[in-house]
Amino acid sequence: MKDALYHGTISELSALMGAGELSAVELMESVLARTKAVDGRVRAFNSFDEKDALDQARASDLRRSRARAAGESVGPLEGIPVGLKDVISVRGQPLTASSRMLEGFVSPYDSTVTEKLKAAGAVCWGRLNLDEFAMGSSTENSAFGATSNPWDLDRVPGGSSGGSAAAVAAGEATAALGSDTGGSIRQPAALCNVVGLKPTYGRVSRYGLIAFASSLDQIGPFTRSVGDAATLLGVISGHDRRDSTSVDLDVPDYGRAVADLKKSGRRWRLGIPKEYFGEGLDSEVGAAVQAAIDEYRRLGAEIREVSLPHTKYAVGAYYIIATAECSSNLARYDGVRYGHRSKDARDALDLYFKSRAEGFGAEVKRRIILGTYVLSSGYYDAYYLRAQKVRTLIRRDFLEAYKHVDAIVTPTSPTPAFRKGEKAANPLAMYLNDIYTIGVNLAGLPGVSIPCGFTRGGLPIGLQVIGQPFKEAELLAVAGAYEERNDWRSRHPAL
Amino acid sequence: MTYEAVIGLEVHVQLKTRSKMFSRVAAGYGEPENTLTDPVVLALPGTLPVMNKEALDKIIKAGLLLGCEIAPLCKWDRKNYFYPDSPKNYQISQYDQPLCRGGSVEIELPGPARNVMGEHRRVALTRIHLEEDVGKLNHGEGESLVDFNRAGTPLMEIVSEPVIRSADEAFSYLTALKTVMVYGGISDCDMEKGQLRCDANISIRPEGQAALGTKVELKNLNSFSFVRDGIAHEIRRQVAVVEAGGSVVQETRDYDGQTGASQSLRSKEMAHDYRYFPDPDLMPVQVGEEWKQRIRSECPELPFDRQRRLQQEFAVPYTITSVLVPDRALCDYFEEAARLSGKPQAAANWIANDLLRELGAAKLPLAESRVRPSHISGLVGLVEGGVILSNAAKEVFIEMFRTGEAPEAVVARKGLKAGADTGEIERWCAEAIAGDPKSAADFRGGKDSAINAFKGPVMRAAKGKADPKRVDETLRRLLAS
Repeated sequence: MKDALYHGTISELSALMGAGELSAVELMESVLARTKAVDGRVRAFNSFDEKDALDQARASDLRRSRARAAGESVGPLEGIPVGLKDVISVRGQPLTASSRMLEGFVSPYDSTVTEKLKAAGAVCWGRLNLDEFAMGSSTENSAFGATSNPWDLDRVPGGSSGGSAAAVAAGEATAALGSDTGGSIRQPAALCNVVGLKPTYGRVSRYGLIAFASSLDQIGPFTRSVGDAATLLGVISGHDRRDSTSVDLDVPDYGRAVADLKKSGRRWRLGIPKEYFGEGLDSEVGAAVQAAIDEYRRLGAEIREVSLPHTKYAVGAYYIIATAECSSNLARYDGVRYGHRSKDARDALDLYFKSRAEGFGAEVKRRIILGTYVLSSGYYDAYYLRAQKVRTLIRRDFLEAYKHVDAIVTPTSPTPAFRKGEKAANPLAMYLNDIYTIGVNLAGLPGVSIPCGFTRGGLPIGLQVIGQPFKEAELLAVAGAYEERNDWRSRHPAL
Repeated sequence: MTYEAVIGLEVHVQLKTRSKMFSRVAAGYGEPENTLTDPVVLALPGTLPVMNKEALDKIIKAGLLLGCEIAPLCKWDRKNYFYPDSPKNYQISQYDQPLCRGGSVEIELPGPARNVMGEHRRVALTRIHLEEDVGKLNHGEGESLVDFNRAGTPLMEIVSEPVIRSADEAFSYLTALKTVMVYGGISDCDMEKGQLRCDANISIRPEGQAALGTKVELKNLNSFSFVRDGIAHEIRRQVAVVEAGGSVVQETRDYDGQTGASQSLRSKEMAHDYRYFPDPDLMPVQVGEEWKQRIRSECPELPFDRQRRLQQEFAVPYTITSVLVPDRALCDYFEEAARLSGKPQAAANWIANDLLRELGAAKLPLAESRVRPSHISGLVGLVEGGVILSNAAKEVFIEMFRTGEAPEAVVARKGLKAGADTGEIERWCAEAIAGDPKSAADFRGGKDSAINAFKGPVMRAAKGKADPKRVDETLRRLLAS
């Protein structure tokens, strides 16, 4: 391995550990040292539990040596440090959603994905920063301080899973989990030069994920390669009796499925939606994405223009549905049972007002107010119901396109990483960051962002590939075909 | 002017399920505070609801028993409001698509006398939907504590059409509804445990007027008699308001059963906007024909249907069926005893009088009775066959109740057989007449009551085993000769 251990991929590190050339403790110590060295500047973590991480790594080494003695094999995540966005519950660890509201809260239970990671032998590593309650596109909305983009510390890493993207980019975690409601995995992945995958809605259990917008939220991996994303997706996917929106479908061995697709030499038909290349797209981003499309053509893919005519309504529909759901989902944070409780409340009503006024930040309040409004008596039909109809039309647009193409290729974000504070005062400009990612959530589709170049100023650019429902293997095969032909992902930020 | 009352009832019934509506934690009553909780019930960050199928079974059963139309899809909505007893600050409920629509409850109005059947009629239902219960606030000195044991218990809301016309009718409706729920094993409907709760919407209008008056919602009617009294009180209050030239204000009022008075809780202007929307955490569930058919096969005969059948099939009078029918187990018990003995009326008398009296005195439920239907049947057979006399039979019953022995065993052990034969009675009577010539002369002289003077000595000689009727006959015959 030419890189430092902390920059290694899951497959490289797993191979080293399998060959007995590396222990999980050595890997964890490398990641820990790196984190201590750089996180003062990156601030990807809200907190981490060093002792707990090393204990998990030791336990992993023990399992591996026992398995070796018994002639058994271990899974590909054994001993791999996987960072967790601070909205994913880990028993005995803080769970804050980067909000004052949950400062000091320790979760008494594991989320389903946490259980699955632990069962796969991964080291559950640290609590990664985000925009408060996953609301934002820059990680500036964290109550505990913004995360910086490792490629330019004056810029944002994207959001809301900015901590997850920055940690994987900066060598502070081999992989990470985030959550994606309107682009919160793909956009920060694009801005930080890592792979970020949002699975099909229902593919991964949401049990133990702090809800922002239940019908849109989905947990997914951040990794340093498409192959690693396939590995991690295979571990966290599957039906869960505790989440009735999770779908009861077999989980394929994604790594093998992708390899089989590659071997088959299938000629991919890729759709380019004209609506995604209009006004507001940064010219350097546009050029890089065009170059990637050309590369696909050289690879033998058939490139077709497709139309997603309702795209222009996506942001509007999204901000109605997501805020409506969040206004209800966040009602539980009231200071009664847990979380922030105002010290000087006079009565129950005052307790709600003061605790919530003190506990929530400005963006969260803005969305709760908007959501409360759109659900109000007399407005429901005009806003919420109409937004749901738009949502159906948007999904229909995609399914119509998929009659002609296997996957759709677009920019992930209209611009590369912007400067901190640049859009903080303008919520609308911030919301438009998700213009290419939101439709995927509304339609419930899988989507992945992969590195596809850099600006002249050295900022990463992401390419989004959008797949068909529950066809993550095809999606990753398409993404992998491009990844093989360049070395964007092997570049690391200078920290 | 005479006024007519228009009353609609909203009844909340807790379903008798093992676990809560949306989590695996047990549902129950009387446990230490906050022990029937888990992360889902407490609405900890990240938790999700999962529907309890048993609760759906029970509401489908309730709907089928009451003749409702069952929706093909069970869809869930969120009802948003803040209150400290509500862990999520929204309640998962059913808004625009209740699981059951229509249907009716057959009720019996009070009869002209206690032992005379009253008029029967049907109260139409608007809808029945499923939701989850909230926790309980315990208010203390300067603080309020919340107990979430009840939170998340499956709860059915049964809404009647505004077709109830009096406080008595409301009482009859609740009684009939409760009986059906208990029959179906849907709920125990124990109001003291909060398993059945009732709110009433009441308005009045001049008799003959079609338009409805302004309605008042009456809350906290926490016993059947408080429902009756509270409604009667509210009707009187509204009539008084109107007669005094005022008009009824649309509001919610709180009735205090102890003082018999009510006070305003909130007016229409303060009504909540619940911001209902479909719950995105719960997928709608299909309720197919097969599912409904399975539940239909588990539905018992309705109480009033059963009462009619008992009266026809067994010729048991209303006074007794009205005691037996409300209790499904007691009714099953009766039917078994009636069939075993072939003497339904005698069996019914033993059950409705002696068994219920002894159970009541011993404060025992029927299930713990040592006297089984076979015992009742045996006892009836012994009396009908003349093996024991009716006063001895009472003693046998008491012994059976105490020990659980078969009636034949009690008779044998206590020597209660009506053993005296005709020859013995003849001899004892002759001896008694010979021993009291004066009374014999008095009787023969026309003083009929003089015959009683011989009965004491005869019964003493017979040690109670002689049939008084036969003793009387024998004495008369001997004295006449």
